[in-house]
Amino acid sequence: MPKITMREAISQALWEEMERDPKVFVLGEEVGVWGGTYAVTKGFYDHFGAERVRDTPIAEAAIIGAAIGAAMTGLRPVAELMTINFAFSAMDHIVNEAAKLHYMFAGQFVLPLVIRTVGGGGRQLGATHSQTPDAIFAHFPGLKVVAPGTPEDAKGLLKSAIRSDDPVLFIEHATMYQVRGEVPEGEYTIPIGQSKIQRPGKDVTIVAYSKGLELSMKAADQLAQEGVEAEIVDLRSLRPLDMGPVYESFKKTNRAVIVEEGWKSFGVGAEVAARIYEDCFDYLDAPIQRVAQKEVPLPYNRTLEQMALPQVEDVIKAVKEVL
Amino acid sequence: MDKEQYLDLFYQMVLIRRVEERAAELYQQGKIGGFLHLYIGQEAVSTGLISARLPQDRVITAYRDHGVAINCGIPANIVIAELLGKATGCSQGKGGSMHMADVSKNFWGGHAIVGAHLPLASGLALGDKYAGKDGVTICMFGDGATNIGYFHEAVNLSKVWDLPVLWVCENNLYGMGTAVERASAVSEIRQKAEGYGIPNERVEGMNVLEVRDAAAKALDYCRSGKGPFFLEITTYRYRGHSMGDPERYRKAEEVKKWQETDPIGIYHHYLTSNTIALEAELDALEAKVADEVQAAVAFAESSPEPGPEALFENVYVEKGTSIQVNK
Ligand SMILES: Cc1ncc(C[n+]2csc(CCOP(=O)(O)OP(=O)(O)O)c2C)c(N)n1
Ligand SMILES: [Mg+2]
Repeated sequence: MPKITMREAISQALWEEMERDPKVFVLGEEVGVWGGTYAVTKGFYDHFGAERVRDTPIAEAAIIGAAIGAAMTGLRPVAELMTINFAFSAMDHIVNEAAKLHYMFAGQFVLPLVIRTVGGGGRQLGATHSQTPDAIFAHFPGLKVVAPGTPEDAKGLLKSAIRSDDPVLFIEHATMYQVRGEVPEGEYTIPIGQSKIQRPGKDVTIVAYSKGLELSMKAADQLAQEGVEAEIVDLRSLRPLDMGPVYESFKKTNRAVIVEEGWKSFGVGAEVAARIYEDCFDYLDAPIQRVAQKEVPLPYNRTLEQMALPQVEDVIKAVKEVL
Repeated sequence: MDKEQYLDLFYQMVLIRRVEERAAELYQQGKIGGFLHLYIGQEAVSTGLISARLPQDRVITAYRDHGVAINCGIPANIVIAELLGKATGCSQGKGGSMHMADVSKNFWGGHAIVGAHLPLASGLALGDKYAGKDGVTICMFGDGATNIGYFHEAVNLSKVWDLPVLWVCENNLYGMGTAVERASAVSEIRQKAEGYGIPNERVEGMNVLEVRDAAAKALDYCRSGKGPFFLEITTYRYRGHSMGDPERYRKAEEVKKWQETDPIGIYHHYLTSNTIALEAELDALEAKVADEVQAAVAFAESSPEPGPEALFENVYVEKGTSIQVNK
């Protein structure tokens, strides 16, 4: 299997879907002439043309609103929000329109819409440009929220997102575009809503996704040297949330650590832990640990920012806590 | 204007330029992180504009804020310290390039969400009007920012409530890589003010004195209680949108052409050809700036990093509120 970067994987998925289906088109800030601020759509403008690779004004509400409208007519827009921080400028359309129109009008409106966006901290971009608010979006029924942690998953899941008739928020991580991984040759898709064991183990279950997966894999490598075999379950999508593989793993290890980059309060870890407590209480050998961001807006200063973000050592420490 | 004032405008523009040239180097050396948006080429806009303000006039701008910070009176060493994330920076290393502010200088910040500070400007002006003060809020933003809803909501409100806001659009022809005519229904941004019944003017922004004159008149208008005024100031940024911009959207010749009307060059020529200042006096100012920038970098580099306790400070006014979980 060829090894490619996350950026290439996402770019390939988008390109192949645009080749396959003329109804798929891209819109967003700097997606065309610039080639995408994270270079995901580099070369798209020249190949697919300005009709299908549409540079927009800086107008997030109009980008998402227009994408919703276009999707309602049967097109399959892939709207890019330059970063997830700007999704707040389009929040009304994401929450009050995209997540509700199908339900509220009893299925009359169908919105085959993808919102691709970029989240995460760690690049010294300051408080407004460094957020990981994934959990907020996962709160809303009617929206699917996907956040891949490997190139293989990114490619397969983005294809499924584009083919989905439901609105999907597809969250990429700003510091993971260079992550390399093996990707199957040729056509494949990965269904949305299936968690996956990314590393088998028997001593402890680590539940993670996106950047949390990267931290957990590194932590597991170090733990292995100390004789601890961590099993890592990658959620891959937050809504729908597939707890099956988590429960299966937990019933074997009886211990869990949940790793996310966002804030701990009301976060992904809170949801996953609650479900384990509700459904697997009899299997519990230790209080579940959550690894997450400190409860502060992220500061610019590099040292302070790293202090606030979850680190590999935090994962290791949490694992030792539950063992 | 007396000679000292003429020279001061020159000094400020040169200071901004040299500070930013050093900032670009510090960025390349990895000493500055995050985004760095340089103001180089646009110095005459904020220098002319802010030179016309009274002390009670507030200033608020977007993330391209180093020049504005300097014009508002934040010393170069404090600006560079913030760029380096040091405790001595104006935001104590928490804000960085895009988030400088100094309330004691009536500078209400650089703001990094495009257009989001415009409604704040309406609120700042409301504060003054409510308190019966005669300050005007000067709100600066880019051409690209006039396409987001916040712009329209804020500008409309300022007119409906007759708020003392001087709206200043710095039209540098691009929002990132998107040319104005590719993103805005009208390429003269001042036409948008027209739509809200706000008096407006389009000014050539490479000439610091023209900007200053227009700003002085506009500020008088706002101060007289007649409501908001809108200035569109045409200008050009010589550097990329931020560091690392591949600049595929414009040709090198275009940049070169605009460099022929360099605001500092134009003003240098104006001062010498009208015998307001001698060549040697301007050289002396250049030398003064060079020393100042060198000292500023030394100050910033030797300044302390913020301590770990700073992480949890200022989340709330009430101390300790944020530290309930996940210390
Ligand atoms: C709501 C929002 N959308 C997108 C961005 C990303 N962004 C930062 S600056 C910028 C371009 C702004 O252009 P303009 O207003 O003309 O200001 P200039 O950079 O030219 O000074 C964009 C799209 C942002 N910061 N906020
Ligand atoms: Mg601009």
